[in-house]
Amino acid sequence: MNIQELRDHLCGQHPDLCPLFSIEFGDGVLQVDCETLYEAAENLQSLGFDRLGMLTAVDFGDHFEMVYRLTSRSMSVGMFLKCAVPRETPRTRSLVPLWPAALWQEREVYDMFGIEFDGHPDLRRILLPPDWVGFPLRKDYRDDRLIRRPDYI
Amino acid sequence: MAIVDKLGESLNGSGGGIILTSVDAVVDWSRGHSLWAMPMGTACCAMELIAASFNKFDFDRHGTFPRPDPRHCDVMVVAGTVTRKMAPAIMRLYAQMPDPKWVIAMGNCAVSGGIFYYDSYSVIRGVDEFLPVDVHIAGCPPRPESLQDAVLQLRERITTESIAPGKRHVRELLLPTNGDVSLHENGDRE
Repeated sequence: MNIQELRDHLCGQHPDLCPLFSIEFGDGVLQVDCETLYEAAENLQSLGFDRLGMLTAVDFGDHFEMVYRLTSRSMSVGMFLKCAVPRETPRTRSLVPLWPAALWQEREVYDMFGIEFDGHPDLRRILLPPDWVGFPLRKDYRDDRLIRRPDYI
Repeated sequence: MAIVDKLGESLNGSGGGIILTSVDAVVDWSRGHSLWAMPMGTACCAMELIAASFNKFDFDRHGTFPRPDPRHCDVMVVAGTVTRKMAPAIMRLYAQMPDPKWVIAMGNCAVSGGIFYYDSYSVIRGVDEFLPVDVHIAGCPPRPESLQDAVLQLRERITTESIAPGKRHVRELLLPTNGDVSLHENGDRE
């Protein structure tokens, strides 16, 4: 199945998700609200997206964006699922009940960005020491030990 | 080790110097020619460290070969990037090595932080922030020949050591001055 066929299939099954679907750089992107993220993910899973390949977050300065990469073995197609998380209350719903693969990756996103996941069974730091202060991959992260790269290098 | 220490003390009196020199020569020779290595491979430099001990480079001919237990080892080869999470474990392993012990910092990351010197929140800028390093090897990564050269330089350094009191290289564990690295609570450093 190519990406156009995926769009037709998605629009046929879930007309409400159809206007949120776009094709960027040859890949399907479904941009939803974080309130409806879990339902959209559930719908995509029942549509045949049985594998959560990876998930990560992006810091855009004024908000975060969660990025989920979904692939389907039965349809041989992949797509992205995205939602914008407000910076003031970085909180969204966990997808662990749908794909257990999200367990450690959501912990990593919490570790690096401080986004909290409702419904995650074991939300604590995974890579950094447990007593670490701050979230290093945020753009406004500051650290006394960190040396900024000078401009001339 | 304790016997050698006592020997050094008892021979340090009047007239013992000639015997002491001969004993030093034997002790230094035996120490310098069987440097068992603690392969503290924390990142990609470990590949060169592994290659060094296999048949193409064959460090066994220098008496240097890796042992999996710090209590068997004389020299710790820190090969790779040291993060703040890994440093307490390295300090603990170093503390478990019996005296006399030496440290080789292999690769740019272990020397100075390397490419992670700037803009890194997690990397320690050089293993000599918390360990007494004897030989630094530059390179990203260094060739096994460089490691070979480091072992030979370390051997040269060992041949100048004496078992007499006051003439030994006293190696204090450098405690971190800036509070970056803290030893784990149950680290068994004496």
